[in-house]
Amino acid sequence: MAEQKDGNGTAYDHHDPARGQARRMRRLVDIRPQRASRLLLGALPIVALLLVYLLASEARHAANPADKVLPTFAAMAQAAHDFTTQRDPATDRILLVADTLASLYRLGIGLAIATATALILGLLLGTVPLARALLGPMVAIIAVIPPVAVLPILFIVLGLDEASKIALIAIGIAPFMTRDLTGFVTGLPAEQFAKAQTLGANSWQLAIRVALPQLMPRLIEALRLSMGPAWVFLIAAEAVASDVGLGYRIFLVRRYFAMDIILPYVAWISLLAILADALLMAISRRGFPWAHGAGR
Amino acid sequence: MTPLLELRNIWVEYGDKIVLERVSLQLDAGSFVAVVGPSGAGKSTFLRLILGQEAPTRGQVLLDGRAMPAACGPDRGVVFQRYSVFPHLTALGNVLFGIECAGAPLTARLFGARRRAARDRAVEMLAAVGLDHSLDVYPAQMSGGMQQRLAIAQALVKHPRILLLDEPFGALDPGIRLDMHALITRLWQDHGLTIVMVTHDIGEAFKLGTRVLAFDKRRHDPHAPHRFGATVTYDLPLDRKTPPPPALIAALTTDPSGRPIA
Repeated sequence: MAEQKDGNGTAYDHHDPARGQARRMRRLVDIRPQRASRLLLGALPIVALLLVYLLASEARHAANPADKVLPTFAAMAQAAHDFTTQRDPATDRILLVADTLASLYRLGIGLAIATATALILGLLLGTVPLARALLGPMVAIIAVIPPVAVLPILFIVLGLDEASKIALIAIGIAPFMTRDLTGFVTGLPAEQFAKAQTLGANSWQLAIRVALPQLMPRLIEALRLSMGPAWVFLIAAEAVASDVGLGYRIFLVRRYFAMDIILPYVAWISLLAILADALLMAISRRGFPWAHGAGR
Repeated sequence: MTPLLELRNIWVEYGDKIVLERVSLQLDAGSFVAVVGPSGAGKSTFLRLILGQEAPTRGQVLLDGRAMPAACGPDRGVVFQRYSVFPHLTALGNVLFGIECAGAPLTARLFGARRRAARDRAVEMLAAVGLDHSLDVYPAQMSGGMQQRLAIAQALVKHPRILLLDEPFGALDPGIRLDMHALITRLWQDHGLTIVMVTHDIGEAFKLGTRVLAFDKRRHDPHAPHRFGATVTYDLPLDRKTPPPPALIAALTTDPSGRPIA
C-alpha cells in the first residue's frame, strides 16, 4: 500500500509540472529555521566577527609587536584582570566596581525621574484633552531639542556633580517617552472610555483603572527603547566632566590608546544593557500577562 | 405615563453636513427597539445621541421626562461591536469594574467583605450570560461570542435604564449569533430591560424587536447630498412574529440610485 502510494506520488509529480515546480520553488520567505538552527545561525556572524578580529590582531602584531590598536585577547584579559583587582584611589573600590556603581547610579536615577515624569504626564495628557491642549505643544518643543546641546547649560546651572548628568539623562528621554505614552493613551479605543463612563467611572477612575494599567506595558516598552539613548547621554556627560564612571574611564584611557581596556569596558556596558533589557522584558511578561497574549 | 426616553425634534449636524433631521419619538420602558437603515443613515449617531456621547445640534432628549445631559452615565449601558471589554481585566474584573467605581470613588477597588459581596454579584451576572466557568480568563483568550457575553454582563451589573447595543452580533458566526439572540431575549425578559439595538441585519431586527425603527433620508439633493439628513422612515410596532414588509426590505437593500446594495 505504502509502495503504491509512493509510486502514485512520484507519478503525480512527474505528470503535473505545476506541482513539481511548486515543490522546487520554495520561496525564501517561507523557509523558517527551527530553534536549534536559529541559534546556530545567530551565533555564526558573531563567531565570524571574533575570528576576523583575531586574524587582524595577529597580523598587526606580527608586523609590530607593540601594536595598541587591535590588542590580543590575552592583552585584554590581562587588562581586565588589572581593572577588576586594582582599586580606585578616590573611592578605594575596585576600578570596574567603582565605575559601574557610579554609572548605574546616574543611569538609574535619571531613568527613574524620566519614567515617573513620562508616566504622570503621559497619563494626564492622554486622558485629559484640556491638559493636552495646555502642555502638548511645550512637550513637543522640548522633545526636539537635542539633549546634548543643553549639557553646557546643565553644567552651568547644576554644576559638574551628579545632578547635571542625571538631568541630562532625564531630559534626554522623558519627552520622547511622554509623547509616546500620550499617543498610546489617545489611541486607546474610544469605546473603552465610553463603556467605562456608562459603568459609572469618573475622570480619575478612568485614568487609574482604564488608562493606567494598559499604559504600564507600553511604559516598559518605551523604557526599553530609551535605554540606548540613555546610555549615550550618560557616557557623553561622563566623558565631559567626571572623575569616575564607565564613560569617564573609556575616555580617560583613550589618551593612552588603551584599547585593551576600552574594548572589555564596551563589552561590559553592552552586557549591562542586555541584562537591563531582559529584566524589563521579564517584568512586563510577569506583571502584565494580558499584554503578551495571556498564556494563549 | 411619561415615556422612558423622548426625543423632540432632534437635529444633528457636523459643520454643514446634516446627519439627522426632525427625529421625534418616544421609547416606552420594556420595549426592544431595533434600529435599521443603510450605512450612513445616522443609526450610530442616533445611538451615540442616546448614549450621551453626542449632543443634538437642535432639539431635546428627555430621560424619564427630564432633560438628559450629553454625557455617558450609568443609567445607559452599552455594548459595542468591538472594544467593549477591558483587555487588561479578567472576566470577573470586567464585571466588577462597574461595582467598584460606584463603591470606591478614590481607589475604584473594593476590599474585604464589600469585595466579596461585589464578587458574588459579578459571578451571578456572569452565570446569567453563561460565563461562570471563565471568571479568570482575559478577553484576549475569549472567542468573539464570549467577549460579547462578557460585555453584556458588564453593562447589566449596573442595572441600566436603557441598554444600547451597537451591532453587537455583527462580527459573530451565524450559529453563535443565534445563541446570542436567545441570550439577549432571555435577559430582556428576565431583567425587564429596555433595549435599543442598532443592526445591519433586518432579519435580526424583526426577530428580536418589539418595535423597528428604520432610518433613511426622505429627501435627496443630488448636488448637495449632505444637506439633507436622515430621519425615521418606518416606525413599526411588532409582536416579534411579524415578517419585515417588502417595501422596507427594498428600501434597505437598494441605494437611492436604485442599485442593490445588499
